[in-house]
Amino acid sequence: MDGFPILTTMMLVPLAGAILCLFTGGGAARGIALGATLATFALGVLLWANFDIGGAQWQFTERADLFAGFSYALGIDGIALLLIMLTVFLMPICILASWDAIQKRVGEYMAAFLFMEVLMIGTFAAQDIFLFYVFFEAGLIPMYLIIGVWGGDNRIYASYKFFLYTLLGSVLMLIAMFWMVAEAGTSDIPTLMQYPFEAGPQTWLWLAFFASFAVKIPMWPLHTWLPDAHVQAPTAGSVILAGVLLKLGGYGFLRFSLPMFPQASADFAWLVLALSMIAVVYTSLVALVQQDMKKLIAYSSVAHMAIVMVGLFAFNVQGLEGAMVLMLSHGLVSGALFLCVGVIYDRLHTREIARYGGLSVNMPYYAIFFLLFTMASIGLPGTSGFVGEFLALAGIYQLSTFAALVCTTGIILGAGYMLYLYRRVAFGAQTNEDAAAMPDISPREWTMMVPVAAAVLWMGVYPESFIAPMRADIAALDAQLAAAAPAGDADLAAGTPRSEIANAVVYEGEGDH
Amino acid sequence: MATQILIIVFAPLLAAIVAGLGNRALGNTITKSITTGALFLSAALSWPIFWGFLNGTATAEVVPVLQWVRSGDMSFDWALRVDALTAVMLVVINTVSALVHLYSWGYMEEDPDQPRFFAYLSLFTFAMLMLVTADNLVQMFFGWEGVGLASYLLIGFWFKKPSANAAAIKAFVVNRVGDLGFMLGIFGTFLVFETTSIPEILAAAPAMSGSSITFLGMRLFTIDILCILLFIGAMGKSAQLGLHTWLPDAMEGPTPVSALIHAATMVTAGVFMLCRLSPMFETAPTALAIVTVVGAATCFFAATIGTTQWDIKRVIAYSTCSQLGYMFFAAGVGAYGVAMFHLFTHAFFKALLFLGAGSVIHAMHHEQDMRYYGGLRKAIPFTFWAMMAGTLAITGVGVLYVFGFAGFYSKDAILEAAWARGTGLAHFAFWTGAIAALLTSFYSWRLMFLTFWGKPRWIESEHIQHAVHHDHDGSHEEAPARLEDASQKGPHSVPDPDEGEGTGGYRPHESPASMLIPLGVLTLGAVFAGYVFKYPFIDSVLIGTETQGFWGGSLFFNEDLVNALHAVPLWVKLTATIAMIAGFAGAVYAYILKPDVPGKFVASFGALHRFVYNKWYFDELYDRVFVKPAFWFGRQFWKLGDIGTIDRFGPNGVAAVVQRGSAAARSVQSGYLYSYALIMLLGLIAATTYVLL
Repeated sequence: MDGFPILTTMMLVPLAGAILCLFTGGGAARGIALGATLATFALGVLLWANFDIGGAQWQFTERADLFAGFSYALGIDGIALLLIMLTVFLMPICILASWDAIQKRVGEYMAAFLFMEVLMIGTFAAQDIFLFYVFFEAGLIPMYLIIGVWGGDNRIYASYKFFLYTLLGSVLMLIAMFWMVAEAGTSDIPTLMQYPFEAGPQTWLWLAFFASFAVKIPMWPLHTWLPDAHVQAPTAGSVILAGVLLKLGGYGFLRFSLPMFPQASADFAWLVLALSMIAVVYTSLVALVQQDMKKLIAYSSVAHMAIVMVGLFAFNVQGLEGAMVLMLSHGLVSGALFLCVGVIYDRLHTREIARYGGLSVNMPYYAIFFLLFTMASIGLPGTSGFVGEFLALAGIYQLSTFAALVCTTGIILGAGYMLYLYRRVAFGAQTNEDAAAMPDISPREWTMMVPVAAAVLWMGVYPESFIAPMRADIAALDAQLAAAAPAGDADLAAGTPRSEIANAVVYEGEGDH
Repeated sequence: MATQILIIVFAPLLAAIVAGLGNRALGNTITKSITTGALFLSAALSWPIFWGFLNGTATAEVVPVLQWVRSGDMSFDWALRVDALTAVMLVVINTVSALVHLYSWGYMEEDPDQPRFFAYLSLFTFAMLMLVTADNLVQMFFGWEGVGLASYLLIGFWFKKPSANAAAIKAFVVNRVGDLGFMLGIFGTFLVFETTSIPEILAAAPAMSGSSITFLGMRLFTIDILCILLFIGAMGKSAQLGLHTWLPDAMEGPTPVSALIHAATMVTAGVFMLCRLSPMFETAPTALAIVTVVGAATCFFAATIGTTQWDIKRVIAYSTCSQLGYMFFAAGVGAYGVAMFHLFTHAFFKALLFLGAGSVIHAMHHEQDMRYYGGLRKAIPFTFWAMMAGTLAITGVGVLYVFGFAGFYSKDAILEAAWARGTGLAHFAFWTGAIAALLTSFYSWRLMFLTFWGKPRWIESEHIQHAVHHDHDGSHEEAPARLEDASQKGPHSVPDPDEGEGTGGYRPHESPASMLIPLGVLTLGAVFAGYVFKYPFIDSVLIGTETQGFWGGSLFFNEDLVNALHAVPLWVKLTATIAMIAGFAGAVYAYILKPDVPGKFVASFGALHRFVYNKWYFDELYDRVFVKPAFWFGRQFWKLGDIGTIDRFGPNGVAAVVQRGSAAARSVQSGYLYSYALIMLLGLIAATTYVLL
């Protein structure tokens, strides 16, 4: 792998595919898109296989100075590696999910997805802060088009909302970036991550980045664009939106806010915890009363990402690693849940929960997959959801028992809304004839589901594969945060151990058996 | 032992996967044989391990399986721990599970979904085995949640029934309330001890007994708060007062499930957890006091409800709840071995009672209401005698120093331990337990008399009428799912008006051998389990010897307490027996001699009866306090919060300013995209110029 620009290649392959798709269109575009995404995934596997765990922090670096300080600089650490893997893993599945569902402007649609893949990989691999900005913001354009052109009936409103929120945040972030580059004299991200910004400016810079990332994650009360975007987006759009785009916010906190502004992060931890606690309870309860499947899962995403946030702001290794694992898990699981919705939406063309019921009878294998992903979503041990949730919550407990208590109620509420959804879709009597006549999943749908199911179980049973690559990076970040980290509220105080056991009994007789 | 334990735990998992995925492709017989075979194999391998601990030849062992999580200084792995405590659970779980698998061959014979049922049963067994072999709290939690999942699937097995679905969700969600405590307990334990390994925690606990910690702003003894949090988890799983509401509803599941999960094994997980962590609990007096009170209260409360219910399964369900209360207060007063002893004997006689009830239900064409039973003694004699053994065991029939049925030894030991403990709280538990013993005897004999004695009252049952008039056309109350492809069997009976008064011409049939064999085996357990195993369990004595060492450090063995337990006054030892006789006499009077007494009692104490009959109105209370408000808040947050406030003043407000009229929508769409791209471009140009200058 020495010197081979694999990251650039991983971006060029889908780029070439996108251009081809634009020119061919129609059925051929599907094949091209699938081939391009599979090739990119293969490169991703190569990337992972050659990633030296425990080696240099930044690997596969490429650098080409363009003009002045602005350079085309790529490179990844373990965190970026995992998120790139998530992206290239989900992309072929998205193409498969769109195989029959998209009938108009197929070429443009596939091109939009491939462009998005290029930009997502670029965002995670960028080592220049402006390059990051370009990829980060440009990545939203294909998504915006996917919702606006191939979306549902109310797509205009949804894409407008999506745009409005994301724009407002990014303007502030861009201004902050200018200031930082001027101050530090470099736009190189690894250098900026070590640069000691003054405490005063940290506050403002943190808030500027927060405005952008909190929208992406999304945090309450900036979350209302997400349910609308999900509802209107086509299935594959939802998968990528939940699977990768939401992770941009989490990645932003890990890459910028926490390492660059540790003091401000500690000062604002209370804000993050408060908003996240509200989010867990509030959005879980809202999810409980949804009649639209996609809205329900969208609201559940907000609740899960709130747990990611408390993990990130727990200022310890468990919290940070838990947040990362939960991001990966949520990418897989909520993506898979949207696939599950897509499978039945393709058959009945409605997302209304009440129109289904008793699908276990006519779609037994579908019911098994749906159950697995439901259980992963509510964090059943043995699935990926548990590992992430458990570590993140264990992390926050060390900072605030109150936040841990409130956020852990998510496991009750999550079980409530997800099982209630599952009951109405898969269980019960078959009251709707057309729903009862739907066939079980097709080979194409099997091909979509099986890899995700395998990954969810793998991450749940042996998460070491996913924790190992990022261990050194998280440890470094944790060390960076250590000085600023706020003290936990547990405040363990030693005392003289009690001399006798609780149920000490005085017995004076002889043993009597 | 390493190979055996790996087979014991993973054979059921493999069987479940094969049966679950193979499903109809493999067919009923193959899937049933694989799962049942795997369970008999596990059971056969479990008994020698148990025997090894009984005679002192086996030693505790931990078999590593796979690394699980390493995160900073937190790490926990998949591993199987085998010690005396685990060995007890292994034989209980695998024996009852194997018998329930076999029983289900007969009981579920007409169900179209048998592979799925057997796969769930085996999956449950695997999860339960992972729970009891856990060497760290997180794997225990894995098993804990795994059995919760299997329980959810099995309660909702007949998923077309709305009541079954509701009960399944209720079971899962109420358990999750307990799990909240369990999880916080694990987090707190990790914070304090920096490990989740059970042996390490137990070793470090005594040194921490004087320390204090802040939890939610309160300053508390460290170990007390940790144990209380963990105990909340135990309360959920073991259906203790407050978190018990799911257990009676869980009776919506098929009866073999009730026997295995909701009587013999899963619900005892909380007791197991307390015993596993007993060295830690012994350093937490406040937590143990709470355990004692909750256990005693549950044991009384559930027994009162048991005396009023008509559904045969619900009576046994409340009985289970009540017996679990006994186990908890036994643990609360420090008699962990005795708690495990009752867990052990209870597993046999309660599984027997449930499977017996299943046999009655099977015979009565899925009628579960005891008001429509009566006089079944002669019709189904084998079932009758099996149920009789179970009843003698649960009520604790026996003669001091001579012989008694299983419950006689374990329940008496619990009451004696409570008395011997000597504190006011322990005496409260003793008296509560004694009253509950009276109620236990009353409701158990009431069940027997209503079912097997008196004249047949079958004619009023809709199920029976259905069976007689429609020749078993598939109107099972329990199994409405897909009966069109169920194997059509001949009518259970031929209408025959000469059968006798009240029978409606129905002739109940004894169950097939696959159901009667498990009843027979469990009967042996209900009769002899107490007599044979009392020394190892109560006194920790190796079998056939005078030397101690059965528990061997796997739980906290309080020798002084056990000695004091044996030395209680004679009247204490006789209390349980007297209570049992009083309850029996009451039942004989009210249900044999003067059958009109219950009606009169209900008439004169209507309010009291309604209160008890309606289960102390817990369900109604929770519905009003938790369920309805949750949905109400959800709607308010959505309509008033998201739509009414955030959207109204956020994006829509901006839109109203920017965008005039809906006609502009089209241009807005493309317009925004361009302006968006423009702003980005401008930003970049600004950036580069800035840097260039």
